[in-house]
Amino acid sequence: MEPFRQHKGIVAPLERANVDTDAIIPKQFLKSIKRTGFGDNLFDEMRYLDHGEPGQDCSQRPKNPDFVLNREPYCNATVLLAGRNFGCGSSREHAPWALKDFGFRVLIAPSFADIFYNNCFKNGLLPVVLPEETVERLFRAVEAEPGYQLAVDLPAQTVTTPSGEVLAFDIDGFRKHMLEQGLDEIGLTLQHADAIRAYEERRRREAPWLFRA
Amino acid sequence: MAGRTLYEKLWDDHVVRDNEDGTSLLYIDRQLVHEVTSPQAFEGLRLAGRQPWRTDANLAVADHNVPTTDRRGGIADPVSRLQVDTLDDNCRTYGITEFGMNDPRQGIVHVIGPEQGATLPGMTIVCGDSHTSTQGAMGAMAFGIGTSEVEHALATQTLVQQKSKTMLISVDGEPGPGVTAKDIILHIIGTIGTAGGTGYAIEYGGSAVRNLSMEGRMTICNMSIEAGARCGMIAVDDTTIDYIANRPFAPTGEQWEQAVAYWKTLHSDPDAAFDRVVHIDAATIQPQVSWGTSPEMVVPIHGSVPNPFKETDEARRTAYARALEYMGLEPETPMTDIWLDKIFIGSCTNARISDLREAARVVEGRRIADNIKLAMVVPGSGLVKKQAEDEGLDRVFKEAGFEWREAGCSMCLGMNPDQLSPGERCASTSNRNFEGRQGQGGRTHLVSPAMAAAAAVAGHFVDVREF
Repeated sequence: MEPFRQHKGIVAPLERANVDTDAIIPKQFLKSIKRTGFGDNLFDEMRYLDHGEPGQDCSQRPKNPDFVLNREPYCNATVLLAGRNFGCGSSREHAPWALKDFGFRVLIAPSFADIFYNNCFKNGLLPVVLPEETVERLFRAVEAEPGYQLAVDLPAQTVTTPSGEVLAFDIDGFRKHMLEQGLDEIGLTLQHADAIRAYEERRRREAPWLFRA
Repeated sequence: MAGRTLYEKLWDDHVVRDNEDGTSLLYIDRQLVHEVTSPQAFEGLRLAGRQPWRTDANLAVADHNVPTTDRRGGIADPVSRLQVDTLDDNCRTYGITEFGMNDPRQGIVHVIGPEQGATLPGMTIVCGDSHTSTQGAMGAMAFGIGTSEVEHALATQTLVQQKSKTMLISVDGEPGPGVTAKDIILHIIGTIGTAGGTGYAIEYGGSAVRNLSMEGRMTICNMSIEAGARCGMIAVDDTTIDYIANRPFAPTGEQWEQAVAYWKTLHSDPDAAFDRVVHIDAATIQPQVSWGTSPEMVVPIHGSVPNPFKETDEARRTAYARALEYMGLEPETPMTDIWLDKIFIGSCTNARISDLREAARVVEGRRIADNIKLAMVVPGSGLVKKQAEDEGLDRVFKEAGFEWREAGCSMCLGMNPDQLSPGERCASTSNRNFEGRQGQGGRTHLVSPAMAAAAAVAGHFVDVREF
C-alpha cells in the first residue's frame, strides 16, 4: 500500500450529508473483478448526464456541468470536503478504490460511516474527521476562493489552511501507523500465526462444533 | 466482576491477542463469500502467494448478479457472468464449499447462512457485505467488511478490530396488529437516525423483540447498518435454539448438547452496562413507509410527506428538499395518496418464508391494480422458494398477477436485470432507498411485505390494517 505522510492539494466541496457508497460508485461498476479503473465512474450518476455502464469511454460521455468535479480547478482536486456520515450504506471497497483512482488522497468530513472509514485506511486514503462547525467554515472558505488548498500532515495530525491556521484531528494509533508506513496488514498479522494456532487449539477443545468440516 | 454485555462476551471469546495500540486480533469463525466483493481478495492471495488459513470456515454463494428468471441458459450479461465464473473458479481452486447458481440451496448469502445452520450463536461471522449484520439475530457477532478485510480473513482467519461502544435498544410492549419486524426497525432508524448507531454494536432486547420469530429478528438485525451500526445482535433463547436444531451444518449428538449449554450463556448479564440505552414503546409503532432517499426518512402510513420549509435545521431542510425533488413528491402529500409503478417483495431483509406468507395472506383472492406495471416476489433462497411452492404461495402470488422468480438479491440493488427505470416508483421490502439504488432515477419506498402486498392490490400505499 502507498504510504501517506504529508499531502497538500486542491479542495473539492461536496456539501451534502449522508453521501452513500451507491452514490460514490454505482452498482453496475461493481461487476469488475479488478481493483483499479473505477475513477472515471466516481459519482457516476451526479457526474454524467447519461446512464453509465462498465466499459464505456467516459471522455465521450455528456458531463453534468454543474457537478463540482467537472469544473476547473476541482477536476484536479485531491482533497474532498464533504458533509456528515460520508460513505454510509454498502460495504463496497470499490468506493475508496474509485476515490483514490480519481486522485483523492484526503477526505474531510464531520463524520464517516464505520465500514467506509475502515476501508479507506486499507487503500492509502486518509479520512479526516473535523468538527461540524470547522467543516462548515472550510466550505465557506472554499466557496470564496476556487483553488483553495489544504495541507495535511498525518504524523503531526494537522490540517493547515492557506492563512496558516492549524486544525488538529484525532486518529487511532494503529491506523495511523499502518498508513504512515504503508504496511501490509496481512503480513503483520501472520507474524502472530503461532498465537492464532494456539487460540484454535484451545477453542477446538472448548467449542469443537465450530471446527466441523 | 461487573456483568458483561452480549457483545463483550462474544468479543472476549474471540480475542487471539491484544495489541499494544488498543486494537485486538479477533478470530473469525465463519466467512461467507459472494461474487461481488471477493474476486480482488482472491487475486490478492494469489499475488502474495498465500493460501486460505482454513477453507472449511468459508461458505460461498453467488447472489448479487444472478438472474431471477429462467437460469438454464446461464447469465446473459458477459460482465456479470465473468464475476460469477470467477467465484466458481476461486472456490474450486481453494477448495471452498460453494452453492452454485443452480444448486437448490443457492440464495442470498444472509438468508442461506442461518438457513443452513452455517451461522451459529457465539460465532464471529463476516462477509464482504454490509447486511451481514442480519446474522447477529443468532446471538452472534456478525458484521460487514471491505474486500481488503475479506482477504485478511481468508489469509489469517482473523481481523484486527477496535472494540465498539455498546447500545441497547429495548422494544417493550405489544405491537399492534399489522405491525411487523420491518416496521419496528424502520421506526428505530427514524428515531435514532442513520448515523445513530455509528461506532456502536447494537443489541436489540425487550419483550417485543423476544416475542419475534427468528426470521423477524433477522429483519431487525439486517437493518442495523442503516442505523449506522456494523453489527446488531439479539440474545440466545429457546426460539434461537429451536430454529437451529437439525439444520444441515448445525452440530449433532454430544456436540449439540455441549453447544446448547454454551449458547444459553449468550445474553447480556442483568448488571451489564451499555454506553447508550434507547427505549421504544412497541404499542406506539405504526406500519411505516419511507418517503425520501435515506432510511431515516420514514413516517407512519397515516403520516404525510414532510414540508422542508417547516424544518428549522438548515442541513435537514436542504436534504429534505433534495430528497423530495428526487422522489418527485410534493410536501405534505398524504402517504396513502402516493401511487406506485412496481412492487418488489424480496431481499435479505424480507425474503424468508414468513415474509412470503404475510404477503400472500394479503393478496390471496385479489388482483394487483391496473397501474402496477410489475409486481415480483423473489424468494431469499431456493429452499424458501420450494417451501413456498409446497404451501401453494406461488399460486396465490401468480393468480394475483405477481411474477414468481428465482432466488437472489435482485431489485434490492439491481446488479442483475431487475431494475427500476428512471422515474418509476416502487414499494420495496428491501433496506435502502438511496438515489439510484434500484436503478438510475428509480424511486424507492421501504415497507414491510404485508404493506407492499396491500399497495400492489390498491395501486397506492394503504394501511394494511384497514385492508
